[in-house]
Amino acid sequence: MRSKVTVLIRLKEGILDPQGKAIEESLPALGYGGVESVKVGKVIEMIAEGADAAEIESRVRAMCDALLANPVIEDYEVELTAAREGG
Amino acid sequence: MSEQGGPLVAVIVFPGTNCELDVVWALDCAGGRGELVFHDVSDLSRYDGAILAGGFAHGDYLRPGAIARFSPVMDGLRELAQAGRPVVGICNGFQVLCEAGFLPGALQKNAGLTFICAPANLKVERTASALTSLCTQGQILENVPINHFEGNYTADEATLRSIEERGQVILRYCGPSGDTSEEWNPNGSANSIAGICNEAGNVVGLMPHPERAMEEITGSTSGRPLLESFVESARQSHGAALGVK
Repeated sequence: MRSKVTVLIRLKEGILDPQGKAIEESLPALGYGGVESVKVGKVIEMIAEGADAAEIESRVRAMCDALLANPVIEDYEVELTAAREGG
Repeated sequence: MSEQGGPLVAVIVFPGTNCELDVVWALDCAGGRGELVFHDVSDLSRYDGAILAGGFAHGDYLRPGAIARFSPVMDGLRELAQAGRPVVGICNGFQVLCEAGFLPGALQKNAGLTFICAPANLKVERTASALTSLCTQGQILENVPINHFEGNYTADEATLRSIEERGQVILRYCGPSGDTSEEWNPNGSANSIAGICNEAGNVVGLMPHPERAMEEITGSTSGRPLLESFVESARQSHGAALGVK
């Protein structure tokens, strides 16, 4: 099976997010008040093949641990979307 | 170490590394001999130590150091480190050592989100390391250049507490009289950390560039005691048994 996979990577709770902070500070200057807790992360998309959804997910999680995320400061979520049987 | 000259040091070159020739030259100034070693070499057993020079290994894609940690040379560096020989990462080399798990924590984008190229004052916090053995506790090293976008040292609270308790911080950013408060922190690094080491002290990472502070003509000679310490450490570790492959 082939599936579209979306990996969401976020900084762990408590790790300083300089980009989020800069955006949060610049929004009021543009007139967008009332915004707080801005966080910036990363989205990685791919088409992955595997026997089934569980196998694809476990392989992508291994990729995250090895390369895609830095487990020291980042958490990640793996989503399989638009799974296409035989696609 | 060869029959002649100082200890032989591997200066690691990844695609995108750009400070390797400065490091070789600075090692020469400090009494060592640097030799360029490309990242596809995995046997470093003939070297008395290694320095990972600064730059943009593998283009810094994804995260600085993320791809470099899978290079064959990391196996050789691991063997040197385990044998107690000095392994030092400067700037991008520090980022690589953190990504590869040689050192705790990570380097984040600078707090002000700007690339910083400026001289920084550093306070020596620990002298039992491959880079600071010839320094004195509390010594202030003036005007050592920093040159980075991702030099903001970060780690979770437990890790930070642990490296502080174990005295693994070797250098902090400081003011001219040694004040390490936030006022003198150029990039937002936790606890103003500029350099750390492993528990044994032979693996060191730092964001500042000692190799650019070796002669008055470049504005500072404060890098000398650091690289002279490194060369001395390489000399002493010469012949230290390498682990079985």
